[in-house]
Amino acid sequence: MPERHFLNDNYGIRSWLLTKDHKRIAILYLFSITFFFLIGGFFASLIRLHLLTPNGELFEADTYNKLFTMHGVNMVFFFLIPSVPAVLGNFLVPIMVGTKDLAFPKINLLSWYLYIAGGTFSMAAMISGGVDSGWTFYAPLSSGYLKTHVIMLAVGVIIAGFSSIFTGLNFIVTVHRMRAPGMTWGRLPLFVWSNYAASLIMILGTPVIAITLILLALERGFHIGIFDPKLGGDPVLFQHMFWFYSHPAVYIMILPGMGVISEIVPCFSRKRIFGYSFVAFSSIAIAVFGFVVWAHHMFVAGISVYSALVFSLLSYAVAIPSAVKVFNWTATMYKGSILMSTPMLYAMAFIGLFTIGGLTGLFLAALGLDIHIHDTYFVIAHFHYVMVGGMVTAYLGGLHFWWPKITGKMYPEAPAKLAALITFIGFNLTFFPQFILGYMGMPRRYWAYPPEFQVLNVLSSAGASVLAVGFLLPLLYFAWSLKYGEIAGDNPWQATGLEWETSSPPPTHNFHHIPIVTKDPYAYGEDAEVTVVH
Amino acid sequence: MSEPTHSHPTPGLYLVILLALVVGTCLTWGIAFVDLGKWNPVVALTIAVIKAVLVVLFFMHVYYSSKLTKLTISAGVFWLLIMITMSLSDYLTRTFLP
Amino acid sequence: MRTEKMRRSPLSTSQTTTTEHHPALAHQFDSMEQQQEASTFGMWVFLLTEIMMFGGLFTAYLIYRLKYYPAFVAGSTSISVSWGFANTLVLIGSSFTMAMAVWAAQKGYRKSQVWFLIGTMVLGTAFLGVKAKEYYDKWDECHIPGIGNQVIGKPFNAWGGCSIKDTSLGNIAEEIRDPNKHGNPNIPEVAAEQTAKRTEIFFSFYFAMTGLHAFHMVIGLGLLAWLLLRAKSGEFGPSYYTPIELGGLYWHFVDIVWIFLFPLLYLISRHQHGV
Repeated sequence: MPERHFLNDNYGIRSWLLTKDHKRIAILYLFSITFFFLIGGFFASLIRLHLLTPNGELFEADTYNKLFTMHGVNMVFFFLIPSVPAVLGNFLVPIMVGTKDLAFPKINLLSWYLYIAGGTFSMAAMISGGVDSGWTFYAPLSSGYLKTHVIMLAVGVIIAGFSSIFTGLNFIVTVHRMRAPGMTWGRLPLFVWSNYAASLIMILGTPVIAITLILLALERGFHIGIFDPKLGGDPVLFQHMFWFYSHPAVYIMILPGMGVISEIVPCFSRKRIFGYSFVAFSSIAIAVFGFVVWAHHMFVAGISVYSALVFSLLSYAVAIPSAVKVFNWTATMYKGSILMSTPMLYAMAFIGLFTIGGLTGLFLAALGLDIHIHDTYFVIAHFHYVMVGGMVTAYLGGLHFWWPKITGKMYPEAPAKLAALITFIGFNLTFFPQFILGYMGMPRRYWAYPPEFQVLNVLSSAGASVLAVGFLLPLLYFAWSLKYGEIAGDNPWQATGLEWETSSPPPTHNFHHIPIVTKDPYAYGEDAEVTVVH
Repeated sequence: MSEPTHSHPTPGLYLVILLALVVGTCLTWGIAFVDLGKWNPVVALTIAVIKAVLVVLFFMHVYYSSKLTKLTISAGVFWLLIMITMSLSDYLTRTFLP
Repeated sequence: MRTEKMRRSPLSTSQTTTTEHHPALAHQFDSMEQQQEASTFGMWVFLLTEIMMFGGLFTAYLIYRLKYYPAFVAGSTSISVSWGFANTLVLIGSSFTMAMAVWAAQKGYRKSQVWFLIGTMVLGTAFLGVKAKEYYDKWDECHIPGIGNQVIGKPFNAWGGCSIKDTSLGNIAEEIRDPNKHGNPNIPEVAAEQTAKRTEIFFSFYFAMTGLHAFHMVIGLGLLAWLLLRAKSGEFGPSYYTPIELGGLYWHFVDIVWIFLFPLLYLISRHQHGV
């Protein structure tokens, strides 16, 4: 391990809270995101506990509404959206493009403080009784009828949105303007492409939810009439504006995760990624197409059937670039030399689970089918497959892959593999029954259900307890590894890429010498073509 | 120290642009009182777009800027148009019967 | 077996061709040029987010304008087109002075850049002063949407008279029924009242859009004040004028928003109503 690196270069709380080092900011995010993940997970446990019995014996209906709202808000806005970009992206993007820091380090730090401020408002809303609008804040319920602290929570989300905007802004400028000599776009790691694409969405989509929630707050506070039918307002307009961001938001969540998979799979197949340009451009395609499909959340809300047709068709189109990625990862593994390391286990789980989640999205995009399964547990199962089976799995895979780089220590392999297996089993046990429940007609956001659904609900809750163990184990062994873990060395995985060229942990300025890039980052294996450009 | 490599407009050019903007504003205001039926908002917005383009190209130096800057602005306008047209596509086709 | 992946060059013979370090060069950049390019691009990306934020309001506005066109006409009539026109000229003037300030900074003319910045601030403040007067007028005529009379004393009332005791038809409803203005003498009182009620949505957008715009102007004035201090101390010159350039970009953007707000809010079907 190097003597001086970014973790020990400076001591004291001020050197962390006032840092401009992107790597330290990534660590700050790591702690805060884990905190909100635990809060969101806590609410999930309460939901699953409550749903063990059909008659809603644990919580009142109003309280149940607060549980799923707080679960959703914390998980979406304070965990999923920042997770990979703010933790892994912040740490790796400057190193991967070969520069000393992001373009605007002070804005990066501001980003973290905005996140904390937003999170504080969210916690305040929780502590002052919770909010029961659903994470979707639909009007006029949230603007005209609820007695809970909707505005407080909305303000938290708005502020967290600005945190996201500044992160995206930083990434975009860094990738465009700060690449090392020789680092052409075609030599960027796919992780950078994915984060870049996600940053485009952050920039273009997040401002819309900011203005939407501001209008909601004005409506709730001053009854100006924008969303209230009694005053001539249109509730569907709220949904249009809300989903204009919130649909692309799901691509903000998944694209960086896909970027992680694109790094892990070639490394542990010892093979160049199949179809680099296709994977790179598919990220951009997802970012662009993701903006024109939002009304598929509104098929039964009263929109025009012609407009619904268009949105349905486009929703099918947006699945294609994702499928391209899945094909390319699989093709990369074909005839590769597979090493079943923990990151690779997570990556393979991702490919399978994301495929299921993605395909079930297409079920929902079909107009006729959506009439039956909209607002049922089918939807819940779909998005948990892509978000948890996809995104959280990728996040964990990425954490394991880059843990040695970030900390200089290796996590213990056996508990890690065990945790991956437990998570996989727990996840499927929790959410697969929900597809069946939804198909059978169990509505979502209901605090009680018909008794014939109980067996599947019990299975799901049992799975949730297993999943909880699977998620808690990494907390324990990652912490353990900080003190007792094996020293990792610069490149424990024999991986390619600029981040593996520097020490573990990296020095504060990332490199001892500015690299000059002459090869692409996936030159694994014997059949890799080496291109040297002078 | 390095001088900026791109050129800049002169104060004279700025004055011309200012004049054009003032004329455009007066035109917008004046034409608003003439009955052109459904073309009134079209004319007003067209003049507004021309004024905005002048401000962007010359006051904001985009005429002299990199392709990346021009691409960025185009992306912004394009995304705004996506939001407007696709939202309107719902409202405008609700009562449409083939 | 690890192969040599990248040639490396020691830091001291890397891209910076000069060994001098401009005091304003931030550590993450290799050259002033890279810093200037990255900062300008960063400001443009930020303006993109502003386009989308105002864009959301514009989209909602468009949808309601289509839905409640007569109400929007009536609401637009009741705001002063003369003040709006004057304010547009004021803001365009301030954009001119701002562009001149950037030019002067780039040339290194210290006094000029200071005076042009002051001019921009004066014009910007004038704009806000006019807006304050316009908002006061709306309050006086009972056209502030939403919130009850406990808070502001004059609740929204476009169909009746402004005072609660006054039962005559309010100015907007009168407008709507006036045969000279609308050419249709037969609009029943009930329909006129309904349309007048719907103007509340127009006024919501009027205040939301001009309010958000004014908020951005206030922030802009703050930025200008800060730039003024730095310009006075001679910080900007041909080799470094990025902050004032970025300030200019922000200010021009706020001007462009107003260029669209003026026709959309003040000039809806004016030809029927005269000045």
